Amino acid sequence: MANFEPVLLANIQKPDSHTLAVYQAAGGYAALKKVLGGMSPTDVVELVKSSGLRGRGGAGFPCGMKWSFLPKDHPGPVYMCVNADESEPATFNNRILMELDPHQVIEGILIGCFATRASTAYIYVRYEYPTSFTRLEQAINECRAAGLVGKNILGSDFSLDIHLHRGAAAYICGEETGLIESLEGKRAWPRIKPPFPAIEGAFRKPTVVNNIETLANVPHIVNRGADWFKSMGVPSSGPKDPGSYGPKLYCISGHVNRPGCYELPLGITCRELIEQHGGGVWKGRKGKAAIPGGLSMGLFTEKEWDTPLDFAGPGKVGCLGLGTAAVTVMDETVSMIDFLHNACRFFAHESCGQCTPCREGTSWSERILTRIKHGKGRLKDLDILLSISGSMGIIPGTTICGLADGAAWPIKNAVNKFRDEFEDYIQRTNPAGYSQQEPAEALGLVELAH
Amino acid sequence: MRAEIEAFFPRYPTKQAVTLPALHVVNEHLRCVPLRAIPEIARMLELAPAEIYDTLSFYGFFKASPCGKVRAWVCRSISCALRGGEEVLAGLSEKLGVAPGETTADGTITLEFGECLGLCDYAPAMLAGNRVYKNMSVEQVDDVAARLREQAEGTT
Repeated sequence: MANFEPVLLANIQKPDSHTLAVYQAAGGYAALKKVLGGMSPTDVVELVKSSGLRGRGGAGFPCGMKWSFLPKDHPGPVYMCVNADESEPATFNNRILMELDPHQVIEGILIGCFATRASTAYIYVRYEYPTSFTRLEQAINECRAAGLVGKNILGSDFSLDIHLHRGAAAYICGEETGLIESLEGKRAWPRIKPPFPAIEGAFRKPTVVNNIETLANVPHIVNRGADWFKSMGVPSSGPKDPGSYGPKLYCISGHVNRPGCYELPLGITCRELIEQHGGGVWKGRKGKAAIPGGLSMGLFTEKEWDTPLDFAGPGKVGCLGLGTAAVTVMDETVSMIDFLHNACRFFAHESCGQCTPCREGTSWSERILTRIKHGKGRLKDLDILLSISGSMGIIPGTTICGLADGAAWPIKNAVNKFRDEFEDYIQRTNPAGYSQQEPAEALGLVELAH
Repeated sequence: MRAEIEAFFPRYPTKQAVTLPALHVVNEHLRCVPLRAIPEIARMLELAPAEIYDTLSFYGFFKASPCGKVRAWVCRSISCALRGGEEVLAGLSEKLGVAPGETTADGTITLEFGECLGLCDYAPAMLAGNRVYKNMSVEQVDDVAARLREQAEGTT
């Protein structure tokens, strides 16, 4: 690992790294030229398939396979939606790429659209990223002037329009079909699948939805090949595991000395990330827990920090998955009640309201946590929380999208892995009522506001 | 505003897709989307006003009466909360004399809580207009409030 050379972040330290001139001086758009100079769309899809590149937005679906689902004989138009709605708590790697190397992203979009025969790409940028929006806008304008975006790109038959679409502060727009509904001008209610976007997506046309970091990897795979890409990361451990290949942008935040975004080969352990890159737990304190890959992935205890952060790792200790590979560290002073209250409040705020188990489950979880936090918890509440978390989501089959699974996992992990702390807190703060079995009194609005 | 909205039409295969861009155009000019704008947008996009309102109301983002010159989002999600984000939000709320979601009496600043702003490397953080306030602390609340007022004065 010591010899790892940054790939995606190779340019970001240079002055004006966001400009076309600097990107091209570092070899930028060579991959596009290579593709347009003699590869077919199928060649590109096969190359990306053989690289093992998996989606970096959270679900880890193999990118080349996703591209291969688009019909090859469709009369068009075919759309690409670029998911730049990065909203998963603790995650900011897409922001770094868009602000500091937007041309790398655009080159990935161009190659991805060539491979999928898409004629228009929409980049859905979250409202909270104004600098990303401006940098992408400038980069697209530079590309238009240089013949890299628009009709007959670099004199070829390939044409592509790229448009930016600004979100309005809603987490659910990062779900691919929620994003599509939002793009179409509707409320961002995720769609029942199938049909998958590859068959019927934006404006009822075949659509590919890719994350910013996923696309940023593509030019490098074209330039350096699938074998080079597969030389980084963790190989497949069996037929059900597609492996975890390539570089990854790990985010680290919370109680560490050096929060930031670090590019490393997939498979580094959480402890290595915290200690070698994040500078260790701050203030000389001990660690207590960490979010493994964005809030919705659940919780590692400190003892689980040796888990590798590859696509298969976090699942082995009961977490939902690698997610966005964004780690948030909690030191020994953090109350798990406060952590879980914060998590439940987030998901209650962001549930889109379409599916009842999620709308009700997230808001009741928040209210129960608020009650516990205010010293009115009962031991029974822990079982109610586990019951709620076990019954909402795609996994139990009760919701359309995975938001509820993401809401459930912090509850499951926090209550199961830190049960003693929850029980002690409830007994200490509610000695008279902790064993009460009757329905609990509702809290007033004023208390709920805190 | 109409011309700005119409400029979006060629980008999309449907006029309905211009709903969010149109709402943003109105919001940028008026710092809100007043109810009377809804039938006008609906006519331009050949939709029922209820369809525009359905989309508008889904996002908590668009308000019916004007925000302040600066709208400041203080992050309350986990990475910021661990480093004092909620205390900063409470401190600013007290200093400015408004609850999150409200605008100061002089109409300069709207304070909001934000859910993860993607600024976790600068936690606790705030996004005010296009400006990012990094690594705030509760001790700096007076200073942050003063900088917000300065920022608002520079805004037309």
